[in-house]
Amino acid sequence: MFTAKIYVTLKPGVLDAQGDTVKSALETLGFKGVEDVRIGKFLVIRLDGDAKEQAKAQVEEMCRRLLANPVIEDYSYELEGAGG
Amino acid sequence: MKFGIVVFPGSWSQQDFHHVIVDVLKEEACYLWHKEADLQGSDCVILPGGFAHGDYLRTGAIARFSPVMREVARFADKGGLVLGSCNGFQILTEAGLLPGALLRNDCLHYRCKWVHLRVESQRTPFTSAMHRWQVVRMPISHGEGRFYIDQAAWRRLVDNDQIVFRYCNGSGELTREANPNGSLDHVAGVCNDRRNVLGLMPHPERAAEAILGSDDGRLMFASILDAFARA
Repeated sequence: MFTAKIYVTLKPGVLDAQGDTVKSALETLGFKGVEDVRIGKFLVIRLDGDAKEQAKAQVEEMCRRLLANPVIEDYSYELEGAGG
Repeated sequence: MKFGIVVFPGSWSQQDFHHVIVDVLKEEACYLWHKEADLQGSDCVILPGGFAHGDYLRTGAIARFSPVMREVARFADKGGLVLGSCNGFQILTEAGLLPGALLRNDCLHYRCKWVHLRVESQRTPFTSAMHRWQVVRMPISHGEGRFYIDQAAWRRLVDNDQIVFRYCNGSGELTREANPNGSLDHVAGVCNDRRNVLGLMPHPERAAEAILGSDDGRLMFASILDAFARA
């Protein structure tokens, strides 16, 4: 059994309108030194099986085919759990 | 001419398209349920607006995997005419049938209003009845219509004359206020390099009768009928 923690974020050059709005809200609340806010998605996927390489390949394909849109987004992930 | 209108769970503009095609244009139309990989002999496929699959994950991200989309891709590959409006445009970009992506409006608001569009290219089967730089009026109704594409791909769009509509003011000027969602380069609609697939955020089907405020959308249907008659 593995747990994949997947982060999907907008590419650096893409305007993040939500992030900018949150940044100005934080500034309104008096937080100093907020240079940038980027909002992304965090997915937790539990996977059956005990072969780590196989699980990794599966997560990679999930990200590539569905979870992230390569035109606007980057992704990264961590794979936790026991296995060979 | 027979139009096939794809219906996903969450589509909402299919009946407006059906009304225009059948009641206004007196042509044939059928609904294509997304789970059926059959275009029923359609001569033009329409992907209407709405919120297919609840827009979950990303707009159009789930819809692109519906069985009907394999047939739509095959149809487009053979040169068939495919028109995507609003959510339909989002689905076509996710499916890779059109370049770019549609992001959250820069204002973060859902924009539901009339806009002006400048016809940038009449060299498509969807705009041949319009002329270049013509200003047309259609409504928009979306929260995620900010067109984005990287610099190199944008350059290719410009060089290949694939930007078909840009948001403008009533005089055809590309002012900042005329861009309702922060789209890159004011892009409101693009076509593929073969020019048989068009996506646009505005709704031509809601601007096809003068009583609704504009019949400029009729020019798009007239173009499609003309292209079909010539084929």
